Amino acid sequence: MSTQAVHVDLEQPPRRKAKFIRTVKKYWMFYLMMLPALLVLLLNNYIPMFGIIIAFKNINYTDGILGSPWSGFSNFKYLFMTSDSWVITRNTLLYNSGFIILNLIFPLAFAIMLNEIKNRFLAKMHQTVMFLPYFLSMIVISYLTYAFLSDTNGFFNKTLLPMLNIDPVNWYFTKEVWPYILSMVNTWKSMGYYTVIYMAAIIGIDEEYYEAATIDGASKFKQIFTITIPLLTPIITIMTLLQIGRIFNADFGLFFQVPRESGVLFPVTNVIDTYVYRTFITVGDIGLSSAAGLIQSVVGFTLVFLSNWIVRRIDSDNALF
Amino acid sequence: MSAETEKAIHISNPKNRLPKLATFGIHTMFTIYSLLCIIPLILVIMVSISDETAIVRSGYSFWPSEFSLDAYQFLFKDATAIVRAYGISIAVTLIGTITSMIIIALYAYPISRRDFPHAKFFTFFVFFTMLFNGGLVPWYLVYVQLLDLKNTMLALIVPLLVAAFFVLITRTFFQTTIPQAILESANMDGAGELTIFFKIVLPLSLPVLATVALFQTLTYWNDWFLSLVFITKEANISIQYLMYKTMLNIQYLANNSTAAAAIRAAGGEFKFPSESVRMAMVIVGIGPIVFAYPFFQKYFVKGLTVGAVKG
Repeated sequence: MSTQAVHVDLEQPPRRKAKFIRTVKKYWMFYLMMLPALLVLLLNNYIPMFGIIIAFKNINYTDGILGSPWSGFSNFKYLFMTSDSWVITRNTLLYNSGFIILNLIFPLAFAIMLNEIKNRFLAKMHQTVMFLPYFLSMIVISYLTYAFLSDTNGFFNKTLLPMLNIDPVNWYFTKEVWPYILSMVNTWKSMGYYTVIYMAAIIGIDEEYYEAATIDGASKFKQIFTITIPLLTPIITIMTLLQIGRIFNADFGLFFQVPRESGVLFPVTNVIDTYVYRTFITVGDIGLSSAAGLIQSVVGFTLVFLSNWIVRRIDSDNALF
Repeated sequence: MSAETEKAIHISNPKNRLPKLATFGIHTMFTIYSLLCIIPLILVIMVSISDETAIVRSGYSFWPSEFSLDAYQFLFKDATAIVRAYGISIAVTLIGTITSMIIIALYAYPISRRDFPHAKFFTFFVFFTMLFNGGLVPWYLVYVQLLDLKNTMLALIVPLLVAAFFVLITRTFFQTTIPQAILESANMDGAGELTIFFKIVLPLSLPVLATVALFQTLTYWNDWFLSLVFITKEANISIQYLMYKTMLNIQYLANNSTAAAAIRAAGGEFKFPSESVRMAMVIVGIGPIVFAYPFFQKYFVKGLTVGAVKG
């Protein structure tokens, strides 16, 4: 009888309200259960979304956010007039592109080779040790790099370079080396994570493919290029596209902590995320900061949609939505 | 072909094994890389147990000319700041992780039920937060102006409570692992939704709850961004933030030392092994994570491969 009633409801729009009330009555406990998380999501995520109007306003504290006068696109105009806007966009895109390539090549190669280590104990040990950097906070990592790079006491300047008869380098004042240092640190930190993902995919490949290939006389190297990599293509594509979707979002910790806020290095270490933070918290320019933040959110949103659309066309099972 | 002969072919066939040289190469490379992963940590440990004069003389080195535990002695005796910061970090991590796990599970269960007509809407409601955000400025203003949480412990806990990704993972787990038939029969027996959730669903979901708890523990313990943004006063400084502050100014620790205050009151200048203390603090700060991580790792791998989180 109840199914009958639902059926009737669907065909009679005026009674949708009654149906809604019945649903709420029946599942009231569910709403209660979801309440705490809903509150957090509202405060932490949804109310700030409406705050994007700040980017179009000239905020002053006496009038408050809603009372402050509108300023149209002037914040954006100012942003694009600064030389920073070009530098931060270039840095964010270049670093992230580099990271995507590094996060593909090295972990993939490592996963394939790790799979060839037949000594289970050794393989497990290497994997565990490689995962260690992933568990360290960026603050700790900035200390680790400092131990090597410190001008006065660092291992490089005090021990390694003198041994090689090279003059000490003021690392935190030398722009040229930082693209390499940051790329290395990023790869070092995330290697374990991505290796595990590719390892899991390799272990999932049916052993029979390899047995058949062996009987046909294919060498190990040939097997890697004709079986392993082709079968990993879906996961490689998905991992890469997901990262491309986030190419406008830099790793704030990496660019903020590791160069120790050395102003000389800003031309090569300032990215959108650090710019948004510094113009807001350090400089106190709400308009400029929220304009940059809004552009980042909107472009990021578009990119996630675009990359997901591509993933869905390739393999709908692996699409995010 | 019997399994025996198949295995024999597999092993005896030289084509299915890497050449000896390649195997040797792989082993060497992994050994070197593994060393690269722990060497920075070893350097920091060695500096932390170096004598201060040895550091001034020959810099940070893997084998100091003189050992000393002065740095640790200072940290545990004189630096009240570090003990307090440790307490804050532990409290935030414990409260945050437990609360987070509970409210994530409470949200994930209703949206996992296929008979709940609004499940789709509420799934999208949480999923959308992964796609779009309002940016730093409005987010900051909500916590500071609307909620007035600046310099409170709540500001270190609330923002990380609901991680959309884990809500979706938990939902998928509920959907795929809890048999619908059990829920229906419990319902027929007259059990309320809350009873079903606590008595049937949760006990069956320990693996996913463990994964969420481990990830959240790591997130809370390693977080410094929230402190950077919300904490401006002495109170509620977490261990990560203390490390950040001492990185910029090692004297910060001395300012918070009771011994230093006494000496300064007497008109003297307080001296402490600042270089080794700096590094000793890193060791103290990462302590729990490094000891726990081999165990973490097992669940991490499981958590990472838990599969689809589609909305």
